[in-house]
Amino acid sequence: MRFPLRCLILLSALLVFRPTCAAQEIRVAAAADLKFALDELGTHYEKQTGRKMDVSYGSSGNFLAQIQNGAPFDVFLSADIEYPRKLEAAGLAEPGTLYEYALGRIVIWMPADTRIDLAQLGWKALLDPSIQKIAIGNPEHAPYGRAAVAALRSVGIYEQVRAKLVYGENIAQAAQFVASGNAQAGILALSLAISPPMREGKRWEIPAKMHPPIEQAAVILKSAKDKDSARAFLTFLKSGEARKILESYGFSVPASAQTQ
Amino acid sequence: MKIEALLLSVRLALCVSAILIAIGVPLAYGLAYSRWRGKFLLEAIVALPLVLPPTVLGFYMLLAMGPRGALGKLWYAAFGHGLAFTFAGLVIASVLYSLPFAVQPLVASFETVDSKLLDASAVLGAGSLRTFRRIILPLSVPGIITALVLSFAHTLGEFGVVLMVGGNLSGVTRTVSIDIYDRAQSLDYAGANRTALLLLVISFLVLSAVYGANRRAGRRAWAPWPLR
Repeated sequence: MRFPLRCLILLSALLVFRPTCAAQEIRVAAAADLKFALDELGTHYEKQTGRKMDVSYGSSGNFLAQIQNGAPFDVFLSADIEYPRKLEAAGLAEPGTLYEYALGRIVIWMPADTRIDLAQLGWKALLDPSIQKIAIGNPEHAPYGRAAVAALRSVGIYEQVRAKLVYGENIAQAAQFVASGNAQAGILALSLAISPPMREGKRWEIPAKMHPPIEQAAVILKSAKDKDSARAFLTFLKSGEARKILESYGFSVPASAQTQ
Repeated sequence: MKIEALLLSVRLALCVSAILIAIGVPLAYGLAYSRWRGKFLLEAIVALPLVLPPTVLGFYMLLAMGPRGALGKLWYAAFGHGLAFTFAGLVIASVLYSLPFAVQPLVASFETVDSKLLDASAVLGAGSLRTFRRIILPLSVPGIITALVLSFAHTLGEFGVVLMVGGNLSGVTRTVSIDIYDRAQSLDYAGANRTALLLLVISFLVLSAVYGANRRAGRRAWAPWPLR
């Protein structure tokens, strides 16, 4: 029994005293709609600057609460500009670093094997009787969920489809509900709908005028350990290269960002 | 505080604990008395939800309930709609999730029944069903209560699996734990706090009732599983 015990002790020691993270690694809290787009941005950023980044994806509201309670992030990329503004007002963000990097777009998405002619029907496709569940982000705290509800209201079918709505905790979970076939349609972020795993599905882009703009913004946090790296990342985010990547994932870059 | 969410959780927990007793008693009987050599495998399967993260269970449940999953296909054929985002779906997922909390106290309590009593019963000509009904079951009442209470309390506090397969429908799948999470996310800390505190008090009361009853009975054999 001695030998395995020694092994075990050694193993635990290795786990406990593992080398600490490399310097210049920034921790980014990012809205779930950036999954895929930010993965690619990160690769370019790391190649360009030689610095590393570690991204956590989740719902912006959840990150806001975590940051207010001392979560160790350096940069916050929020799907709703209100959240970084709140952090700025509370003195938890580096003043003057707020940057609106994109406008989110929403689409109606259905699996590739659907019999509904989504391109032809547009939003009317949601009224098809074969659709029993429509997945959206939770409108109480997910910006894309709020935009989805606003769009449904603007075409006047919210009351009709209300009973069919299911809420994802964030927009990526809503996407997962449709992709797994448990919901037959979803109102999702365009950035997710054109990502590799969902590209094959059918989608119909909801005109931007049907919902209030989904303004996405980044901010450097007061608590950032490595402010230089955080600033380097923000500079990269403002570069033409980063904007091109964002656009390729369906984000439109706001006019305010283009002038910078 | 949303009374609707609390009532939903209570209803879910009641359904789940009733079903768990119905399937847990025969399962526990088998685990306690069977001499089958592969029994340990079944024990391991029953205990799995104790160590698996709810995300694993929730993930597989979501796939199983979907139109390409076995459970989903079956359900669709029978009822014409999917199983995810329904109360029935939550019940099925929760039964799996809380299974060890019902089965383990039952096994523990069946195993502590004095084997001399069982032998005596057999010598007097009682069949195994009669022995079970007249000897094992009455002596295991505290264990059954423990199983009931623990599966009730554990289901009441369930979060991860519900988050993965529920879809957050008010009155159908928005349980009290999801409601607290929603409130915390929408920065309604006061609301989250009220509901969370209520859940804390209920859980504490339920557990102290079980442990208190244990103490009074003066027997540790059927103490709730986590303390054994």
